[in-house]
Amino acid sequence: MTLNSRDRYRKFVEWANWTGMLFCTSVSVFFLVAILGYVLVNGASYIDWEFLTAMPVPAGETGGGIANALVGSFLVVIVASLMALPIGIGAAIFINEFPSQGFGRTVRFLAEVLTGVPSIVVGLFAYALVVIPSGGFSALSGSVAYAFIMVPIILITAHEALRLVPDSLREASLALGIPKWRTIMGVVLPVSSRALITGAVLAISRALGEAAPMLFTAFGNSFWNVNLTKPIATVPLLIYTYATGPYEDWHRKAWAASFVLLVVVLFTSVLTRAFLRGKSNE
Amino acid sequence: MNSETYAMNDLKDRKLAVALGKASEAASADNGVRMRVEDLSVYYGKVEAVKNVTMSIGTQKVTALIGPSGCGKSTFIRCLNRMHELTPGARVEGTVLLDDQNLYGSDVDPVDVRRRVGMVFQKPNPFPNMSVRDNVIAGFKLSGIRDRKILDEVVEKSLRGAALWDEVKDNLQKSGASLSGGQQQRLCIARALAVSPEVLLMDEPCSALDPIATAKIEELIHELKEQVTIVIVTHNMQQAARVSDFTSFFYLGELVEFGETGKLFTAPEKRQTEDYITGRFG
Repeated sequence: MTLNSRDRYRKFVEWANWTGMLFCTSVSVFFLVAILGYVLVNGASYIDWEFLTAMPVPAGETGGGIANALVGSFLVVIVASLMALPIGIGAAIFINEFPSQGFGRTVRFLAEVLTGVPSIVVGLFAYALVVIPSGGFSALSGSVAYAFIMVPIILITAHEALRLVPDSLREASLALGIPKWRTIMGVVLPVSSRALITGAVLAISRALGEAAPMLFTAFGNSFWNVNLTKPIATVPLLIYTYATGPYEDWHRKAWAASFVLLVVVLFTSVLTRAFLRGKSNE
Repeated sequence: MNSETYAMNDLKDRKLAVALGKASEAASADNGVRMRVEDLSVYYGKVEAVKNVTMSIGTQKVTALIGPSGCGKSTFIRCLNRMHELTPGARVEGTVLLDDQNLYGSDVDPVDVRRRVGMVFQKPNPFPNMSVRDNVIAGFKLSGIRDRKILDEVVEKSLRGAALWDEVKDNLQKSGASLSGGQQQRLCIARALAVSPEVLLMDEPCSALDPIATAKIEELIHELKEQVTIVIVTHNMQQAARVSDFTSFFYLGELVEFGETGKLFTAPEKRQTEDYITGRFG
């Protein structure tokens, strides 16, 4: 059977579409791989035990590490999560389980707008809200800034998670004479737990990498600090400082710290997935 | 009698005695009528879905509700345990008496109503986050009762009651969602029976099941009426004829005819009933 011109044209269009989409996919994957590769090449070689566990050394000296910034980042993000998770999930429960005309939709809309607020603005807001009244930069003000970034993400993902819980399960529980709040705690939240956890991890990963909100809040610190009321070092802030500094050694450290940050974020997300997969096989 | 009876009482005792004026025990002195519905009208916004229905539900009898789609029978049954009010915009007028207590009285908590009037839904809806065992005792666990010995007894008794025990006794920790459709529905019946309701509402319990599973449920209904009063909505007239003692025929929101099943199917009084059961419409 021979192909006539219409068939040939159709085949060409098919091929052109396929090629076009392959190109787009390749470009997006290329940049992702390029970023990972670039950070890996520049950063990984500098990573050793000392880098992870030692304190920073004064400018000009070689060696030293980012121990204080690593601990600082975790501390600030954990405290931020303690604030953002209950608020975000609580708000999502409220707008989904107690629907009221308009209010829920308004809250949802505001949350969506909030996710688009530049993080530097969030930092300024936390500065005005916490740093000025409390009289100084502090880890806690950094946590508040991170919490502002996390709440809308958690709220939106949690809202979507709760929306996917079929009403038939709520009815099944209520029909047993189980009060509404017990229904929410015992049925709705457990059933949506996978999606809730995924949303929380998304928010945490997002916060972990943000430097801008830390500029006027956590501020950074060259020394060891775990006191929430004092300025504290965080990894993104350290990357910012080192990368914009004048020393060649600092630049290398900035790459290395970027690599660490990337690994931490990747690890969190991979571990969560593995955990959730294990959970679903129970 | 034993610890199990004690648990049932404990569960019900909470607010029930107060809310229902301790009348339930007195009224269970059998006058043959467990529930009495008087002038019940139900509205969705301005649409009247159930119009002025008055009927009695006999103690330990099976009452079937039949009628074409949209005739209000599902809406009606959902009023008997106050599930209907969960639908936004729904409004109920009239009275529903359970042992002479108005379920719609201002001092009656719907949670207590649903403890006494259980429900099985159209589609099996076991809690997917729970094992078979936990599904059965969900009504207890989510009410904070955790005594293992009591719960073990309830699990066995309820699963036996729902004719599911032999099929799942070796696999009680298996997820409730892993059972077949018919087994899931019997699990839902076991779950409803576990809190020992006085009345069991079944909203088309077989419509999602194959004929063999349907036969099992129908057999079960025969056994269950030894212990509970049953109201069943069904699309299937043969089913109504097979399982019920009384049948009511709904059409366009009105109760057209109510009577003993044998009589209603052989010598209906109303023309509409005859037309429906002989398949002339519906």
